[in-house]
Amino acid sequence: MLTLVVIVLDGLVYSSWLFIVAVGLTLIYGVLRIVNVAHGSFYALGAYVMASAAGYYFARGLPPQANYLIIPLAALVVGLVVGLPLERGLLRFFYGRDQVVLVLVTYAAFLVLEDATKLVWGVDPYYAVEPYRLLGTLSVGGLPYAVYDLCLIGVAGGLGAVLWWGLNRTRNGKLLGAVIHDREMSEAFGVNVTPIFTATFVLGAMLGALGGALTAPEISVVPGVGAEVIVLAFAVVVTGGLGSVVGAMLGALIVGMARAAVIHLAPSVELFVVYLVMAVVLALRPQGLFAPAAARKI
Amino acid sequence: MSAKVPVRAERRENPAARKVLGTVAGALAASLLAVCLPGRSWAQENQGSIKISFVSFLSGPASGPFGVPARNGAEVIVKALNQGALAAPYKTKGIAGRKIQWKFFDEAGGPQQQVAQYRQLVEREHSDVIIGYISSGDCKALAPVAEELKTLTVYFDCGSPTIFEDVDVNPHYVFRTGPHAMMDEAALARYTVGVDPNVKTLAGIDQNYDWGQESWKLFLAAMEQLKPGIQVTASQFPKLLSGQYGADISTLLTGRPDAIYTSFWGGDLEAFILQGNARNLFNGRRLLLSAGEPAMYRLATQIPDGTVICARGPHGVFAPDSKLNRQFRKVYHSAYGSWPTYPSYKIAQAILGVKTAYENAAKAKAGAAPNTEEVIRALANSKWVGPSGPVELALANGHQAIQANAIGQFKYDRAKGRPEIVDIKRYAARCVNPPPGVKSIDWVHSGFKGAQCD
Repeated sequence: MLTLVVIVLDGLVYSSWLFIVAVGLTLIYGVLRIVNVAHGSFYALGAYVMASAAGYYFARGLPPQANYLIIPLAALVVGLVVGLPLERGLLRFFYGRDQVVLVLVTYAAFLVLEDATKLVWGVDPYYAVEPYRLLGTLSVGGLPYAVYDLCLIGVAGGLGAVLWWGLNRTRNGKLLGAVIHDREMSEAFGVNVTPIFTATFVLGAMLGALGGALTAPEISVVPGVGAEVIVLAFAVVVTGGLGSVVGAMLGALIVGMARAAVIHLAPSVELFVVYLVMAVVLALRPQGLFAPAAARKI
Repeated sequence: MSAKVPVRAERRENPAARKVLGTVAGALAASLLAVCLPGRSWAQENQGSIKISFVSFLSGPASGPFGVPARNGAEVIVKALNQGALAAPYKTKGIAGRKIQWKFFDEAGGPQQQVAQYRQLVEREHSDVIIGYISSGDCKALAPVAEELKTLTVYFDCGSPTIFEDVDVNPHYVFRTGPHAMMDEAALARYTVGVDPNVKTLAGIDQNYDWGQESWKLFLAAMEQLKPGIQVTASQFPKLLSGQYGADISTLLTGRPDAIYTSFWGGDLEAFILQGNARNLFNGRRLLLSAGEPAMYRLATQIPDGTVICARGPHGVFAPDSKLNRQFRKVYHSAYGSWPTYPSYKIAQAILGVKTAYENAAKAKAGAAPNTEEVIRALANSKWVGPSGPVELALANGHQAIQANAIGQFKYDRAKGRPEIVDIKRYAARCVNPPPGVKSIDWVHSGFKGAQCD
């Protein structure tokens, strides 16, 4: 029984993390139809900015509890300083081209950003563990859990709810839905698509960076963290259905639970369980679990 | 009837996009031209010098803990040798009187890319010697290529024993001047049983690739020999660079082992310690780090006191005092602001091994420059002294090094604000390395037959 509880809890924590790091990718794909490889760079930059800023913050002896404000600030900074120029300065010139071209462009951006990150932070690992340890532990069935990890479940749930509300219950969200459904028709009806594209890309970049910033306190931030995450995030959003926020949540939940179960029950399978889940889902539903219905033009 | 709006079917010409594409095309053309145009090779620039190509990780997650310290260690030694400023017995300038020309290349990209790069180092760079490689996967892939291209290749680090035991069983052009993982695991098992004679249960967490799997297999086999009946509560194999160990830590906690072994390195090791600490994983149990030394300075405040630390040989803080070691540490620290760790030491001893062989081969020819075959004959079965003490090429027909090993426990000195290693124990080379001709795992299963530990 304890094993089952622990699997569910570990699975929930990991699923939450997966959703947070993957949701920006699916949002950008849903609107811009770009498989944004540079998402990994946003994650890495968010992590580096958080680790550096938290290190500076704690070194100055500022009130510890307020340090958590650095996390959204780091995401905001990366979204505006990196995401905005990337969309305005590069990606917009390629809108309307084949998706493969856009994958290559974002891959190029990823490589440039990887090297730029190395130029700024070097190759040494960075860590800022204080936010992770500050919240202490909670005992579940005799096993200590970091409260920070458990908070990720709330953050992921909150993020999912806000995104769902924003997309389905607000005017801008409905405009976004119209653009996702049929960009040309939306333009014909007077929707100004350009700011929607820009805002969505910046929001996606911020979400990627938020994933990195939330992860930074529990890892050592090293070169290459972004590359690992982009593969994982892609597997999650493909499983859930590219472009669907609900799909990303369900994909993260399935992948996270499957991974937690095999770690406890068959550790040697952990290496490929994420991709096994993806393969099974795609074999049964090639468009993923929750891919938005595509309008057929006549 | 469908009132279809005539949506754009044409592709609008976008002058800005054309400009971007033009720039990209221009940059690509310029790169292509730079590659194709005949450039001055180092051979043309400096006739008579020895050209060494170094390879280690300069990018990616292994660059911080391993690749860059190795590069820096190589730079310290090569510069000192070219100036004739290195301590005895390496006071002569360069190698056999010839200046060392060196270039450093990135090991990132995986075995396939490394094979392609290796061919370039031989065929385009005309390297006399290639010293490098941290990843066992790269070493395994490159060994047959090195034998085929007949180029003296010295592995300074990669740890898998199978390189000469299974892959390149009759090496000629390939050497490894650092001991393999058997030495690390045999010494670590002896140390563990020595300091915790009542250890009954053990758990392992290792990266799911060659290094992690082999390290755990050898360590566990050694522990089963030294402590018959030891129980394994968990053996976790997370994906390399996973970074998220929540479920693995839960599994380790559930089993309540006396000791936890890991061959993790770099960011994975640091993330595991940070996450394990936050969940009290290490409270009341021994943490055993088979490759922990590179992290001990940066993670000084996080590593639990009493953690057993290995440096994959008597390197870094374990290195015995000598004039050469003191000079190496001083120059390295003043140049880079940090202390040299085991990759720095291992590449240093590789360079000094090559220098010794070249000079012995030249001496046999009355000072004339030796060819590759003569250097290989001089290097095989040779002995020399590096900053971390004596090295001997005693295994794999004299192509695989053995060395004494040292292991100790981590302690953070809060008063001085710096880490230190206490309770250091040293193990003779022939105590923790298999005899010639015996595979590592067979040696362990034989009960360490032939080990000379006294």
